[in-house]
Amino acid sequence: MSTTIEPTVRVETTRRQPMPPRERLETIFHVEGLDALYSGKAAIKDVTIDVYKNLVTAIIGPSGCGKSTFIRCFNRMNDLIPGFSQTGTIRYHGQDICASNIDPVAVRRNIGMVFQRPNPFPKSIYDNVAWGCRVLGMKDGLDERVERALTQAALWDEVKDRLKASGLSLSGGQQQRLCIARAIAVEPDVVLMDEPAASLDPIATQAIEQLMHELKSEYTFVIVTHNMQQAARVADMTAFFSISRGEEGKRFGELIEYDATEKIFTAPSDKRTEDYVTGRFG
Amino acid sequence: MTTLDLNEATRRPFTGRRVRFGDVALQVVAGTAALAVTVLVGLIVWKVVDGARLSIATYGLHFVWRVAWNPVVGREVYGAGSFLFGTAITSLFALALATPLALGIALFLSELAPRGLRAPVTALVETLAAIPSVVIGLWGILVLGPALRTHIEGWLHSVFGFIPLFGDPSAAGASIFTAIIVLTIMILPIVSSISRELFLGVPHELKEGALALGTTRWEMVRGVVFPYARGGIAAALILGLGRAMGEAIAVTQVIGGGVFIHWSLFGQGDTLASKIASSYQGSTTNLSTSSLVYLGLILLVFSLLANVTAQWIVRRVARRHGVTRGGHA
Amino acid sequence: MSAQGLSGPGLRLDRLPRRRAVNRLMELLAWLAAAIAIAILGIVVYSVARKGWSELNLNLITKAPIPFSLTNAPQGLANAFAGSLVIVGLATAMALPVGILVAVYLNEFAPAAVRNGVGLILDVLNGVPAIVVGIFVFGLLVVGHGQNGFDGAFALACLMLPLVARATMEVLALVPNSLREASLGLGIPQWRTTLSIVLPQTVGGIVTGTVLAVARVAGETAPLLFTSSLVGTQTSWDPHHALQSIPVAIFELSESPDPADHARAWAAALVLLMFILFASLAGRWLATRSRAKMATR
Repeated sequence: MSTTIEPTVRVETTRRQPMPPRERLETIFHVEGLDALYSGKAAIKDVTIDVYKNLVTAIIGPSGCGKSTFIRCFNRMNDLIPGFSQTGTIRYHGQDICASNIDPVAVRRNIGMVFQRPNPFPKSIYDNVAWGCRVLGMKDGLDERVERALTQAALWDEVKDRLKASGLSLSGGQQQRLCIARAIAVEPDVVLMDEPAASLDPIATQAIEQLMHELKSEYTFVIVTHNMQQAARVADMTAFFSISRGEEGKRFGELIEYDATEKIFTAPSDKRTEDYVTGRFG
Repeated sequence: MTTLDLNEATRRPFTGRRVRFGDVALQVVAGTAALAVTVLVGLIVWKVVDGARLSIATYGLHFVWRVAWNPVVGREVYGAGSFLFGTAITSLFALALATPLALGIALFLSELAPRGLRAPVTALVETLAAIPSVVIGLWGILVLGPALRTHIEGWLHSVFGFIPLFGDPSAAGASIFTAIIVLTIMILPIVSSISRELFLGVPHELKEGALALGTTRWEMVRGVVFPYARGGIAAALILGLGRAMGEAIAVTQVIGGGVFIHWSLFGQGDTLASKIASSYQGSTTNLSTSSLVYLGLILLVFSLLANVTAQWIVRRVARRHGVTRGGHA
Repeated sequence: MSAQGLSGPGLRLDRLPRRRAVNRLMELLAWLAAAIAIAILGIVVYSVARKGWSELNLNLITKAPIPFSLTNAPQGLANAFAGSLVIVGLATAMALPVGILVAVYLNEFAPAAVRNGVGLILDVLNGVPAIVVGIFVFGLLVVGHGQNGFDGAFALACLMLPLVARATMEVLALVPNSLREASLGLGIPQWRTTLSIVLPQTVGGIVTGTVLAVARVAGETAPLLFTSSLVGTQTSWDPHHALQSIPVAIFELSESPDPADHARAWAAALVLLMFILFASLAGRWLATRSRAKMATR
């Protein structure tokens, strides 16, 4: 019974603006020696990386290399998985957010997440966006907040007449944009995206990529994607993870190379990176 | 039907099935059993209506709200009013007390408890349900009632006595109040175990989506788990209510017996079920027996209503959620 | 857990301490609720154990009751124990075959509409209060003929039937269709397939369901009040007349003003409780075991 209207198609592909020079980049996450383990088995090992503010950083790599695990370390979502443990540090605003005395609730308040499959709440479209604001104490001007978030998520025009309709009545692409609106309505610092367009068609995917492009002046985006072309289109910096084999043949993921997207795709330093981006494996 | 059967292939035609006596016989016998169950339920309804017939003919619908019960021959008059009131008060108060406890237990078992505690505590709560009502009643009349009377009723009366609910404490602990506590204990396990299943069934992604916004666990529960499980919880509450209404033995042991309607929880009274249990064996006239069955009929109607309503809610909720089974916290 | 939030310019941390406190409070309340439930269980079981223990001796099972006894002659509830065994045994014998047959019909033969319809009826039967079942059996069988053990057993069977049927239906549904198809494909007729191939797979689940149903009705009092409660004191195993049962005996003793009667009631309650707890735990253990076996198929 849902009447879904897809966004007007923009034919030209997203053109990334050139990144500011390295000296002017501000580090927002300083990751050092991060290991993540599920029930004692290492998923990723010894990751050291600096994520920069107001850029789009892509995490690419073959399946099973720990990309999702890695990104979920940033907002302590792995805490929800029984048997998970980690060592190493992630410095955010000078504090190690992996430390046990840091409240994950505070971390997640500032570092939002959009998931692989859209997961809107079984509430109205308006409430999907407004609920977070209400609970987190941003009760003033709710209507404006909702409109702003939905506009930034490029969804406002399609839903402005039916804000009371259930969030579940939207199409997949619209639901994912609703989830993005929900995440940015609470004004986080960083938005983590775990393969946000994995279940979407190309037009919906393009809408989301456009979004990131327009919003990165306000937020920092870290996006996991298995789609190299998407990374090439949308990311300023790209981190390539791959699966390595350790002693006793145990597999784990590790960061192979991290650089400006152009360099990763045109002149990678590591052979493994080159093999991956040229399609020789993965 | 079979194509691999080499022995029969030559004899059996390709289309259609040869009807076997064994198949028919099993189907008939099993079908008769199913029919018998249907007939049984119909019989129950019919027999109860039939037993109440005399009283229905005598009093009609007025019976339902008349407050009177006098079995003395020559001055016989019967009515369900005070027992309906007793059933309502005891069941509703019990539900009110049991609901927050049950939801708390369900939340504990689905969200908060350390993994190692979940199975044993779940088993313990369900063991509470296994205690027979006569044993709870025995405990109620000999232990709980006197304890409530000594420690709680007196205090409540002295502090809140201006509220008509808290009148003079009961003589020996047999009171509506004790019955309410007993019923609370009895319906707690049902409501809590259904709620627990419901909470465990909330999709993991919804909970993650809420937590990722930076909400606390309680805020997530209030904003996502409760609304998602809302329908099922309603069904659980109605089932609990039905159970409370139908409980005869434990209630009759602790409630004290009486035909008056009064506001004090510490007074005596009777519910539909407890009145039947206490008076059936001493019933001397046909009219009194028939009136007791009439009480049973009213009780049956309410029980069936509660049951059917709960089922209907469950079916509606299942349809809306696409019948997703499973899911873990 | 953690106490510190983050701190830093531009970070959103509004009202976090208060929200954390509310969260803490709710967690505590949930813990409290669970503790209350366990405490209640503990108190009840402890009361029964402590008060019943002293009177718990062989006399309870072997000696007959002596009502209005003014001496200290040994007495017990032998008639109730015997009667309960007979009545519950008969009830199981009545409910088990019918329950299994109903489940077989619904799961193997019935079209969906019939399955839903009769399933609904089973749920309705399950929801009929035990006391109404008592009235029903009284009107159906006792009126004009007097009470007897068979009537009591029949009343309990009505309560057991939905439980056995549902449990059997659940395990029947777990048997993979490929098994049925393989058997039919070999030329084995459906009736034989059902009885020799499918049903044996479900024995574990049926036993579990029956054990749990027995645990449920072993303590039922209300139906027996109407059908098998006017009894003498001699121990009898003959269901052709009314037999005493443990729950009814406890009920009657609990209403008596005599503390000696109360003591015997506690002892009988202890035995009944132990039996039911044992049966419930056994049932649950069997259930997890057969579920594990099914899962490895």
